[in-house]
Amino acid sequence: MRVTVIGAGVAGLSCALELAERGAHVEVLERHGELAAAGCSWFAGGMLAPWCELESSPPLVMQLGAESIAWWRERFPATVLQGTLVVAHGRDVAELRQFARRTAEYQELDREQLGALEPELRGRFSRALYFAHEGHLDPRAALIALAKRLGELGVSMRFGVEASAALLPGRAVIDCTGLAARGALADLRGVKGEMLLLGLPELALKRPVRVLHPRLPVYVVPRADGVYMVGASMIESDEGTRISARSLLELLSAAYALHPAFGEAQVLEIGTGVRAAFPDNLPRIRRIGDALYVNGLYRHGFLLAPALARRAAQMLLNGQHFAEVTDEDSRQRRLA
Amino acid sequence: MLQLYGTSVRSRLLLGTARYPSPAVLAEAVRASRAEIVTVSLRRESGGERSGQAFWSLIRELGVRVLPNTAGCHSVKEAVTTAHMAREVFGTPWIKLEVIGEDDTLQPDVFGLTEAARILCGEGFEVFPYTTEDLVVAERLIAAGCGVLMPWGAPIGSGRGLNNLFGLHALRAHFPGVPLIVDAGLGVPSHAAQALEAGCDAVLINSAVAQAGNPALMATAFAQAVDAGRTAYEAGPIEARDFAAPSTPVVGTALLR
Repeated sequence: MRVTVIGAGVAGLSCALELAERGAHVEVLERHGELAAAGCSWFAGGMLAPWCELESSPPLVMQLGAESIAWWRERFPATVLQGTLVVAHGRDVAELRQFARRTAEYQELDREQLGALEPELRGRFSRALYFAHEGHLDPRAALIALAKRLGELGVSMRFGVEASAALLPGRAVIDCTGLAARGALADLRGVKGEMLLLGLPELALKRPVRVLHPRLPVYVVPRADGVYMVGASMIESDEGTRISARSLLELLSAAYALHPAFGEAQVLEIGTGVRAAFPDNLPRIRRIGDALYVNGLYRHGFLLAPALARRAAQMLLNGQHFAEVTDEDSRQRRLA
Repeated sequence: MLQLYGTSVRSRLLLGTARYPSPAVLAEAVRASRAEIVTVSLRRESGGERSGQAFWSLIRELGVRVLPNTAGCHSVKEAVTTAHMAREVFGTPWIKLEVIGEDDTLQPDVFGLTEAARILCGEGFEVFPYTTEDLVVAERLIAAGCGVLMPWGAPIGSGRGLNNLFGLHALRAHFPGVPLIVDAGLGVPSHAAQALEAGCDAVLINSAVAQAGNPALMATAFAQAVDAGRTAYEAGPIEARDFAAPSTPVVGTALLR
């Protein structure tokens, strides 16, 4: 079967790989000139944290997300499985209690246990939650690895090509273009995110740390070579070209409050992106004509793309049906 | 019915729209609350042509009246500018005016608040000022042209309930004709019932519903509590006393000794 995947973000590349691995003849079209420009995936945090997401997402996100860790480990061996730490400053401990009540699969750590697990945070917090089964990855390295693997499987990737399902009648198409698909998916909206890359080689955090706060929760994700990703804001906006001074201040202050060493970090990059979301913030695979639209991954791109790609490939190649990611079941999902 | 700047509303529960897990959950909560008014905070950067439009059209589809607010503004100028943007975006003269004075408690800066209220009332806005329960500040706000007062129960998002019930009673007694909407700090439905029992006209809830495990269910509970509190107020509660007062008359009971 010949399939055209539109969009080279994490959803598009995951779909292309699932299809190619199942023997389909796949091409990927991307309207931007390079991988780095293809949507918001390049600016993602790369946390694979399905159990933390239970805090504000229905169980479906956890169920789909839990599939992704093994998927990434298999296709991107640099995926790190060191768990996630969740902390709150003394005055916000109520946030930690609430987080614990809504999530699952964690251990509670006291000050000593936290220091033993994550020496850089020794003495800084009296309590923490440790989600041992979670992981993280460097989204940019992961996207590059997927693209390389696609090349090995003979998938052609063409950049700078404007395409849409409407322009490709009669072809099997998977559209993974995020907010650009709004013409076909009218109920999509944009949620802006802002992130920083900070260089701080002298700090050696081993795993993502979420710092809870009633207004400004942030997370810090370690990457290779002493680079840290700090993110991410959630702003109801379709425009994602600039960061506001306030967001920048807030992200930096939160990193500094997590560890004062961040005061000396180098600001390597400031990134923004707009994530596409449906009104319930849950992903969908929607069939319109010959095309499947895989969209609405919201802030869960790397967490959910594998599970969606798997389902999209089976829908397209075997005609299988997955009620949990198609529209008919959305009410049940919300009440689940 | 409650009159707010000449508009009659049946529901005495106003709902904030921030920090819900998703717009769909927000919509369910608004329906469950039976609220007729929702507050929407405007971020300066969302004032552009297309940004935020999708979220606002979701709000409009709820079919409720929007009370834009200047949440997070720290100065008179910022609050006034935000009010101007809100009027353009939502096409309403209503504005919930917040001027924050202190970051730890998000306590209103009552000096900036009265100043901003004076400016905005002069420009034809119908101002809903978020204030403390301070009587003198309330006087100044009324003098500035405000026709509604929104005293806090406790710091925003703290869920602590009515920290100064006496202060709210005093406000009620002092301004019998001004709608009082308790804004901020309520955590559970009994707090809302207490505010209505004390004669406050309405309550505004955001975090207590948005951050609840099941926001729509919590919105239902708040709606019931607001109904109960208001009904109790209209029914005329008894006075508290220091000693027991038998509910069965003593006179005429048989002497069984």
